Amino acid sequence: MTVYKLTCVICPLSCSVEVEVEGNRVKDVRGFSCTRGKEWAVEEVLSPKRVVMTVIQVRGGKEPVVSVKTDSPIPKERIRELMSYLATLEVEAPISIGQVVVEHPLGLKTKIVATGSVEAVETRGHA
Amino acid sequence: MMYDVVVVGGGPAGLAAASESSKLGLGTLLLDENPRLGGILPQCIHPGFGLHCLGEDLTGPEFAHRLIEEVRRSDVEVKTQAHVTSLAMRSDLVKEVTYASPQGTEAVQAKAVIYAAGARERHRFEVGIAGDRVAGIYTAGEAQAMMDLYGVMPGRRVVIVGSGDVGLIMARRFALEGAEVVGVVEMLPYPGGLARNLMILRDFDIPLYLSHKVTEVRGRGRVERVKVVRVDEELRETGEGFWMECDTLLISAGLVPRVKILRRAGAIIDPATGGPVVNDRLETTLPGVFAAGNSLIINDLVDYAVEQGRTAAKGAGEFVRGNGIPTRRWIRVRREGNVRFVVPHMLGGDRDVWLYTRVSRPVEDALVEVPEIGLRRKVPVLKPSEMLRLRIKAEVEGGRVTLVIK
Ligand SMILES: Cc1cc2nc3c(=O)[nH]c(=O)nc-3n(C[C@H](O)[C@H](O)[C@H](O)COP(=O)(O)OP(=O)(O)OC[C@H]3O[C@@H](n4cnc5c(N)ncnc54)[C@H](O)[C@@H]3O)c2cc1C
Ligand code: SF4
Repeated sequence: MTVYKLTCVICPLSCSVEVEVEGNRVKDVRGFSCTRGKEWAVEEVLSPKRVVMTVIQVRGGKEPVVSVKTDSPIPKERIRELMSYLATLEVEAPISIGQVVVEHPLGLKTKIVATGSVEAVETRGHA
Repeated sequence: MMYDVVVVGGGPAGLAAASESSKLGLGTLLLDENPRLGGILPQCIHPGFGLHCLGEDLTGPEFAHRLIEEVRRSDVEVKTQAHVTSLAMRSDLVKEVTYASPQGTEAVQAKAVIYAAGARERHRFEVGIAGDRVAGIYTAGEAQAMMDLYGVMPGRRVVIVGSGDVGLIMARRFALEGAEVVGVVEMLPYPGGLARNLMILRDFDIPLYLSHKVTEVRGRGRVERVKVVRVDEELRETGEGFWMECDTLLISAGLVPRVKILRRAGAIIDPATGGPVVNDRLETTLPGVFAAGNSLIINDLVDYAVEQGRTAAKGAGEFVRGNGIPTRRWIRVRREGNVRFVVPHMLGGDRDVWLYTRVSRPVEDALVEVPEIGLRRKVPVLKPSEMLRLRIKAEVEGGRVTLVIK
């Protein structure tokens, strides 16, 4: 039996939550003040997920990179793999905020979404 | 050219102030020194913005985008690459703002000024780090700009000074990009950041050294190692210390309100906040000059910087329409017990206001009281790193207000 001691991060109340686990089963959860906190603590112990943010190289843009995030949290153990993959990407300007850069990278449920915009460099012939 | 309002600084506080001011029908000019608006938000690519004021969890660039769109849709005139060099009081009702731009030095006049120039980061010498002057020493914000605006990695093995939110967020950015975070070194016996950011240390197995201090940097040309020494409760160095191998030292030792221009113009600065003394309209001691955001107080949440921007704009509106804020007997807010600062400093007693405050030391089961208005609140934990915001009712008995935290 293992007891995990967590500080709930869902709201600023920061309750101390304890999750008691035996094998892969949750035996008891204590210390939360609301169900959101309880659910969060159980997920955090059994299958922690995180939102990942980085920047991606941009071709032909006024800025060298564009910031992106996963539009939903991904399993923690897949983070390294996803980051290595994103480091190899290059996208073409223009890019606008909210644009989906990659759908379901590496078969994950999430999408990679631009969190900023990058205009294209004006090429000759255009005003 | 005479404006009703000139806003100095186009970060979240200045953007909110400008759009609010224009909404109130005031002719508004917004000046920022950078080519792009948004202040420090465009380089804060992590989520955690807008949880309170929008009820959404956005990244910095996304949050900035919302505020910038609001300004673009309004009648605010925007000038970027305009670095304000001075503010002069021509009279109580007319101010002159001088700025340097690619076109040269220009000056504009305004009835009211909202000063929202943000904060600057403490650098290595302010936190007592001696040794070689080598490449590879950055403030957290400099490293963040390199990585997240320009896509350049500052180094591969990094030691971070300071466990506040900024330091922790940068620890995650380095770890995500595959760099090694050798350690986060914190002088105080407790970590500085929010609980959600402290999880970063566990996520990436980053060692945290509490009650430790980086005292010295060594290297030829580039950082090669830093000396770390344990400190006692009075923050005095104890023992010989040890060396950490690294190629980069990141200083994340807090922010200081940028107030040089205000101070030179004659505003009184509160040593407890590092920002100007203000009344509940967020007007400084210079009539018609208001302050908001990180140049008023260091805000850990962008929501409060935005709120202050809007409050300052409402104050500016009152000033412009009434040719000054009507004089009254200002009520001084006094502090007692574990209170490091409280802002605003003066209350008019004619409206409900937000008080922003921080404790000096962490406390559990804290009791927060304003006896004069019968406010009494129990808070499970209060930490210096988390600002507390309290609503104060207008009717104040006996013309006194005291904030007590025990
Ligand atoms: C690394 C980091 C992470 C953060 N993370 C979060 C988070 O997750 N959630 C959250 O809610 N908050 C977060 N914050 C806090 C939030 O970003 C700040 O509270 C907010 O940006 C303050 O806004 P501001 O407008 O006062 O200052 P700034 O954003 O600093 O803007 C000030 C602007 O004024 C300009 N300026 C300064 N002087 C002059 C001059 N003389 N002339 C012209 N222009 C000038 C500056 O260039 C800048 O553009 C974070 C802060 C940092 C540093
Ligand atoms: S358990 Fe509920 S109340 Fe407590 S911190 Fe978590 S979300 Fe907030």
